[in-house]
Amino acid sequence: MGFPHKSHPKETVVLSQHFGDADARTLKGWTKRGGYEALAQALKMDPVAVTDVVKESGLRGRGGAGFPTGLKWSFMPKEKKRPHYLCVNADESEPGTFKDREIMRWTPHALLEGTAIAAHAIRAEVAYIYIRGEFTEPWTIMERALAEANAAGVFGTIKVYLHRGAGAYICGEETALMNSIEGKRGNPRIKPPFPAAAGLFGMPTTINNVETLAAVPHILTRGAAWYKGLCLSNPKSTGTKLFSVCGHVQRPGNYEVTLGFPLKDLLYDMCGGPPAGRTLKACIPGGSSVPILTREETEACLLDYEGVVASGSMLGSGGVIVFDDSADMVYQIMRLARFYAHESCAQCTQCREGTAWTTKIMERILAGQGKTKDLDLLLDLSENMTGKTICVLSDSCAAPIVSGIKKFRGEFEAYLAGKRQPVMVS
Amino acid sequence: MADGLINLTIDGAPVSVPPGTLVIEAAKQAGVLVPHYCYHPGLPVAGVCRMCLVEIETAPKLQIACATTVTEGMVVKTQAPAAKDARQGVLEFLLINHPLDCPICDQAGECELQDFVFQEGQARTRYAEFAKRFNPVEDFGPDVLYVPNRCILCTRCVRFMEDVAQEPVLNVSERGDRAFIGIHPEARLDHPWAGNVVDLCPVGSLLSKDFLHKARAWELDKTASICTGCSQGCNITLDTRDEVVVRVRPRPNLEVNRYFICDHGRMHYKWMNRGDRIEAPLVRAGAELKATDWDEALDRVTAILRGTEGRTAVALVSPGASSEALALAKRVFTGFTWTGAFQVVMGEDAPLAGVPDLALRAERAPNAKGAENLGYTRDYAPALAAAKTAAVVLVLDDPDCAVDTNGALIYLGTVLGENAACRRADVILPIANVAEEEGTFTNRDGRTQRYYQAKPAPGMAQPAAWVLGQLAAAMGPAEAQR
Repeated sequence: MGFPHKSHPKETVVLSQHFGDADARTLKGWTKRGGYEALAQALKMDPVAVTDVVKESGLRGRGGAGFPTGLKWSFMPKEKKRPHYLCVNADESEPGTFKDREIMRWTPHALLEGTAIAAHAIRAEVAYIYIRGEFTEPWTIMERALAEANAAGVFGTIKVYLHRGAGAYICGEETALMNSIEGKRGNPRIKPPFPAAAGLFGMPTTINNVETLAAVPHILTRGAAWYKGLCLSNPKSTGTKLFSVCGHVQRPGNYEVTLGFPLKDLLYDMCGGPPAGRTLKACIPGGSSVPILTREETEACLLDYEGVVASGSMLGSGGVIVFDDSADMVYQIMRLARFYAHESCAQCTQCREGTAWTTKIMERILAGQGKTKDLDLLLDLSENMTGKTICVLSDSCAAPIVSGIKKFRGEFEAYLAGKRQPVMVS
Repeated sequence: MADGLINLTIDGAPVSVPPGTLVIEAAKQAGVLVPHYCYHPGLPVAGVCRMCLVEIETAPKLQIACATTVTEGMVVKTQAPAAKDARQGVLEFLLINHPLDCPICDQAGECELQDFVFQEGQARTRYAEFAKRFNPVEDFGPDVLYVPNRCILCTRCVRFMEDVAQEPVLNVSERGDRAFIGIHPEARLDHPWAGNVVDLCPVGSLLSKDFLHKARAWELDKTASICTGCSQGCNITLDTRDEVVVRVRPRPNLEVNRYFICDHGRMHYKWMNRGDRIEAPLVRAGAELKATDWDEALDRVTAILRGTEGRTAVALVSPGASSEALALAKRVFTGFTWTGAFQVVMGEDAPLAGVPDLALRAERAPNAKGAENLGYTRDYAPALAAAKTAAVVLVLDDPDCAVDTNGALIYLGTVLGENAACRRADVILPIANVAEEEGTFTNRDGRTQRYYQAKPAPGMAQPAAWVLGQLAAAMGPAEAQR
């Protein structure tokens, strides 16, 4: 990792066009490549017209939920009575996801331009870019780019601030992110009220993902029809998406494909498939929070919002985690559960206690001390942790447990029956 | 149905409530208590315990009753199988780290975790093989201990300190199941209203040191009373065990003290249990005071009142006496040139920032306003001077009164110190204290509130209103019967 690979011929290179090109990081270099033309164009347009273009393009949120971006913008109050805020979610912490990091590392001005356009569209005078605390290099690059852009006055009256997270996964949840910017503990808020009604500092707020905003300038310069035309399967999923592939493939990294692209081609053609002598066993297609797919499901999956759901999972953030036949699914699932137990904000009872209990049971199974009823217990706990809390963190912990037990029950049972060697759990 | 109200159905019962009402409050009107921990009507909604999950027709998922507002035609089912299962799940989760040390827990018997587990929890646990989380007990403040092992992280205490006391010294520290209530490293939980966190805590996690291991909740008798700590008139409950007041807790009154009392009022009860009480009427026999019965004592007072040459009387009274006693203490002197006065001990104001018009008031007496309304004056020094030459002086419930008179002195009191000026009285009549009688106080805003008898008075002591009523009746039956 680190330096991006060359684009694969099957990729549709839009956002990642300048990845690896250090000159594109500078304001001068970015302007030379057509940067900030879209912003100039947007500032001449009525905010409603900008929103309409984005609506028309079919762009959907790239952070995980896939909510139509233009529609989200249109939820902001028509009549402006109070300050409006834009929050940019650059707290990319979903295990298996590293697309926003590359956007910020290589094309910081793409994000800044998209941010300014969005701020104009929602009539926000202030935008906060909330960057994950561990993202040291992207932070430095974004800081430099923002200083350059400010010096050149490209944002006009819009103020853009960078806000650095302190390392909590939950701060990527939009309302927790707002609390964090406000200086409070990053706990998700109860909805309603939704951010468009009462968000940051209680004011109407829109929160967008980095990748979503980075796509906006392209939509403005090349037109909604062009973006809409980028579609290989379901017309409700348009444009390109970066997929961060990690795990057991020969060439891990970020790949940009048109939505509707087959997951199989991504894994085998672009990433070179599993290491030599290995076969694909499973895949988590949308970051650690989504259900696990089996090999068969993976190979039949089309990468768009509807296609992945049809395969039994979710597109999520596009973090593709690949497991070959050497992977111990019980161990992998325990690692995921432990992550969620560590990151639970502790507000909701089911999440605070449930994620920890789930982890303990998983560790017990791995240590060879599992009980036959443990699988039913895990499934029952997962049921209690799904759809009952403020945010979806506990649902995210339950998703791999439920799908894992369903699809890889044999591996669990091997541990329970003592047929499998206990793994050292630390 | 009245106009402007929202009509909905809760567990089959129709209710009509104002718009904006929360489902959990509407349910109370339908006679349904939705189990809950984090919700408290005196605090901002947190929605974190997830205990009040209920089924609402048309909603795809279960909803928390504490954060859902009513809508017209809403149908709420608190006993739907899915809702019951969800609440059972929450209880199971809460109990995995909660020590079942109820036998040594002060909260036992008034614990919401006990109550709701009893009501709808399961008899078994599936968490048997793992150790429970352990954290040592912490000393939070002058009267508050934190027992983290019992904490269910409902955050009521955090929200009280942050939003009501507005001195945010508590927080939730750490994450996941390592979370606990933290206190600012340089702060103490010593806000003048901090003690409320103990009442707010639904479990035995925040404890009063004063009440620690003093009594079991089910041994306590509870009596509605009014706090005597200041002129605010907070509604309280006196908890007594074996005729001893062991605890004072707030009694909700949205107009006066909402759900809270200050620590001064909370601790202002020990004097109610004093053992050195006057237990019998005392009449002067030369240099000595002789114990006697009520008949002789009252006859002696009547004789004094009838036999005085001058017709001037001074009453020096406590602003902690009931309005009934104060009124009769005046009526006794019908026909006299009468002066009544009181003095109030003053302290510092201590407002509760988040509640308008609620404070520990500088005036540390419950009935100054009542005394004033009845014609007693705050001009104490002239009255004290006038006592010197008055024919009769009556001191009501003020053991420290520096009275000096050439006339007759009658003292109605609960105690009599070694060097009390009232030792020189001609007649000393034992009276009940606030915990031993029924009466009313009028608070600073003119609100008259009744308090009730929580325990018997010692020996022959009687409520001052009874004593003075007897005297008034003896002095003029027609007057007293009015």
